[in-house]
Amino acid sequence: MNEAVDRMQQNTKTEFRLVGKPLPRIDAPGKVYGKTLYAGDYAMPGMLHAKVLRSPLASARIARLDVAQAWQLPGVACVLTAGDLVNQTVSTDFPDRVSAKPGQNNQPILVGDVIRYHGEPIALVAAETSAIAQQAIDLIELDLEPVAGVYDPFEALAPGAPIICGSDNIVSQYKVRKGDLEAGFAAADTIIENTFRTQFVEHAFLEPEVGLAWLDDYDVVNIRVSTQNVERFRDVAQALGIAHSKVRIMGAMVGGGFGGKNDITVEIFIALLAKASGRPVRMCYTREESFLGHAKRHPFTITHKTGFTRDGKITAAQIDMTSDSGPYVFLSPYVLMYATEVAAGPYRVDNLHIDSRAVATNNMYTGAFRGFGAAQACIAYEQQMDEAAKILGIDPMELRRRNLLDTGDATATGYRIESAVWIDECATRVIEALGQRSTDSGPIKIGRGLAVYQQPYGRLLWLQDTVEAWLSIELDGTVLVRCGMPDIGAGQISTLAQIVAEVLGLGMDDVTVYNSDSAATPFAGAATAVRGVYMAGNAVRLAAQAIRGRLADRAAQEFGARTELIDIAEGRVFVIDDRQRSMALTELIALCAADGIHRSELAIFRAPFGDPLDPETGQGQVHPDYTFGAHAVEVAVDTDTGEVTVTKSVSAHDVGQAINMQAVEGQIEGAVAQGHGYALSEELIYREGQLVTPSLSEFLCPTSMDMCRVQSIILESRTGLGPFGAKGASEVGLTPAPAAIANAVADAIGVRIHDLPITPEKVINALQSKEDLLSRSFRERGTAGIEEA
Amino acid sequence: MKRNKSVSLRINDRCRREQIASNETLLETLRRLGHTEVKCGCEKGDCGACAVLVDGTAVDSCLTLTWAVKDRAITTVSGLGTADTPHPLQTAFIERGATQCGYCTPGIIVAAHSLLQNVTNDPSDDDIRYALSGNLCRCTGYTKIIEAVAEAARVIREEE
Repeated sequence: MNEAVDRMQQNTKTEFRLVGKPLPRIDAPGKVYGKTLYAGDYAMPGMLHAKVLRSPLASARIARLDVAQAWQLPGVACVLTAGDLVNQTVSTDFPDRVSAKPGQNNQPILVGDVIRYHGEPIALVAAETSAIAQQAIDLIELDLEPVAGVYDPFEALAPGAPIICGSDNIVSQYKVRKGDLEAGFAAADTIIENTFRTQFVEHAFLEPEVGLAWLDDYDVVNIRVSTQNVERFRDVAQALGIAHSKVRIMGAMVGGGFGGKNDITVEIFIALLAKASGRPVRMCYTREESFLGHAKRHPFTITHKTGFTRDGKITAAQIDMTSDSGPYVFLSPYVLMYATEVAAGPYRVDNLHIDSRAVATNNMYTGAFRGFGAAQACIAYEQQMDEAAKILGIDPMELRRRNLLDTGDATATGYRIESAVWIDECATRVIEALGQRSTDSGPIKIGRGLAVYQQPYGRLLWLQDTVEAWLSIELDGTVLVRCGMPDIGAGQISTLAQIVAEVLGLGMDDVTVYNSDSAATPFAGAATAVRGVYMAGNAVRLAAQAIRGRLADRAAQEFGARTELIDIAEGRVFVIDDRQRSMALTELIALCAADGIHRSELAIFRAPFGDPLDPETGQGQVHPDYTFGAHAVEVAVDTDTGEVTVTKSVSAHDVGQAINMQAVEGQIEGAVAQGHGYALSEELIYREGQLVTPSLSEFLCPTSMDMCRVQSIILESRTGLGPFGAKGASEVGLTPAPAAIANAVADAIGVRIHDLPITPEKVINALQSKEDLLSRSFRERGTAGIEEA
Repeated sequence: MKRNKSVSLRINDRCRREQIASNETLLETLRRLGHTEVKCGCEKGDCGACAVLVDGTAVDSCLTLTWAVKDRAITTVSGLGTADTPHPLQTAFIERGATQCGYCTPGIIVAAHSLLQNVTNDPSDDDIRYALSGNLCRCTGYTKIIEAVAEAARVIREEE
């Protein structure tokens, strides 16, 4: 029996009271009654309002910067430029980490000299009102000399290109070397090569970046901010040149993040201004500023060259990936690592070469976005599989089935998967759920597409990830939880409450969770990397189990029964096989208190730690585990207008164990919608580095009219490393959706569009080039029997 | 912004006189008066997060000048119901998991209210999609929102 199945059977023995149930989230009432306070809803007496002067050019040198007139405007309290700063730059990496080459990891806080991207901050103003602050910004005199920039990663790699970062514009690079590539290709009957491209994408969270900073009587800089990561207090301290312990960051319910609020946003700006002015300072980005002010999803160019035998077995794969990092490092090395790790897809590829690099340009800098590189990788490997299926004449699902990884198989980096790999189960379910195929009618062509994926959850092993959580049981039997994990709308807090309530036999209402406060809640890291439930969930589970253990020991002593036979449910403690022997939970807690038994617990959960991959072979373990699943869609393509409508969208995932079924479905449905937008409509367009689509009417997220009903199918192998066997489920819905849609469009119109998004214009052009190809072929060969592209 | 205009405002059934600036938007006024349940997403009418009801019809408060709605009934999501007296839409949004980050929720609930009140209390999914097309949600994919609105409509029809 393999370990996964063993773990699954162990977990199946558990009966849950609350876990797995679709309970309403505890944060929902506040949100629907309008009571929830977001970071932007806080105000303080004497508060100033702040604005940022941003560069209108992407590559320039500041010839003159004069803030004298801004200072003179009545109502202006403070103007700051680079010359006023204690420290000029701040690290963009994890604290104490250097993922890129040394010395490259810093970004200027305010630019004093060279501007490297459109929107880069130059000066800060705090004033009595935001209107005055904006007037003062407009009064700043700025003279910029344009500098030759580079706006394409391949041009940035060419000899003689302007150097934006380091000595060669290569921010980071990886390689994977496995097996014998040459022999693998020699054994192939068919070799298929394709290049796929993805675009810049905006998170478009509904709540723009916002925060409020003030100094307290101990000179602590307090910051209330919309963030996925309260541990940015370290960056703020670094920027201000003060001790870490003198900065406190408090979150609030976050109005959407999706990775876009993982980096610093307004924190350093308002901290600097509060320190300089001695008054509370609030800053709220406009929507346009939000478009200019935070990292975007990395565009990737990915080339797959894959060898197949006649019966569809992969013999070799050579994969090349290039991502656009923008001018600064930020999370580019990490995003690239995720993409590299899963570049070959969830398939057995014994002979494999992967080369990947993140390249600096003067486009907007790029960073975390739901899917985190694994999404871009899937867009390429799953389109490649469909192209192969077509050429080999094998059903797309069947081709995948012949190559799928299983538990115990080695991934691209040589790690042998220990949990269940239920891709086949998921794919079978989504194909089934599509039901009867619709029929073409006139210009409307129907197509179907499938994509499967593997997505890591948790952080890279060499980041040594830990989460701490503190829990206490009060005399009245209610529970207080403290855990730093922010709630960015995915239901993090409610899920932690549900886990605690499950372990301690309580109701959801009995658990109160304090979170997202760098001074008052134990460190839990960022709400990113599909680690909320896995890491924080495990930490609160451990804390709750410790308390439960002490309660059970004391009850066992009281009842004269073995500890294992003690259970707690609905406010009572009892002996499992003799329910007459019972007492109120409050009575037991009083006994514990009288005995001086510890009623609180600080627990730490440690993910598996490991070393970085071998730099020459790229072999080793990257992540603790993976989530697997599949997506299928049916599309209707209007061949007159090029419009693509997704008519059916089904998403199936083995989430290990759903903690809250409704919340998991919600995560998947929402991620799928972002996948639809990614495939069809969402694109940030930069011309010479300048963003020309800085609004929600130009960057097109799906509206209610664009989305069909999303059907989510949740499978539970209970083999994950999260609490109760859970795997990560918050990002996975997005990953396979774009490839499924691209495959469906290719199925509908018989020609593939290799570049996302698949806009009506590209569909029309593709149909046109297909016609041209056909008619040319008629002329040249006198036959219509050519293989379609 | 000089506040030199005195107008009477009816917000969530309460009447008040307020000094406003002639170019002040309803979004600015409402938030200044403490109605933080009205959210600012874009100030351009693209996202619908700031939607409120004016005489029962959903409008983007960022595109509405405050003086233009003096004396008219302005209702925010908090005016529709509270934890003690929840509106069926609010109950359905909680029970169906139709709110995630919650930032779009106040606007979406009032837009749905406008549909059920003014257009039909028996909407098809397409009716709901159309009614909510001015409100962006980036979290839910709309699936549970549409289910919740349909559920609330059913409850309202049964109550009537």
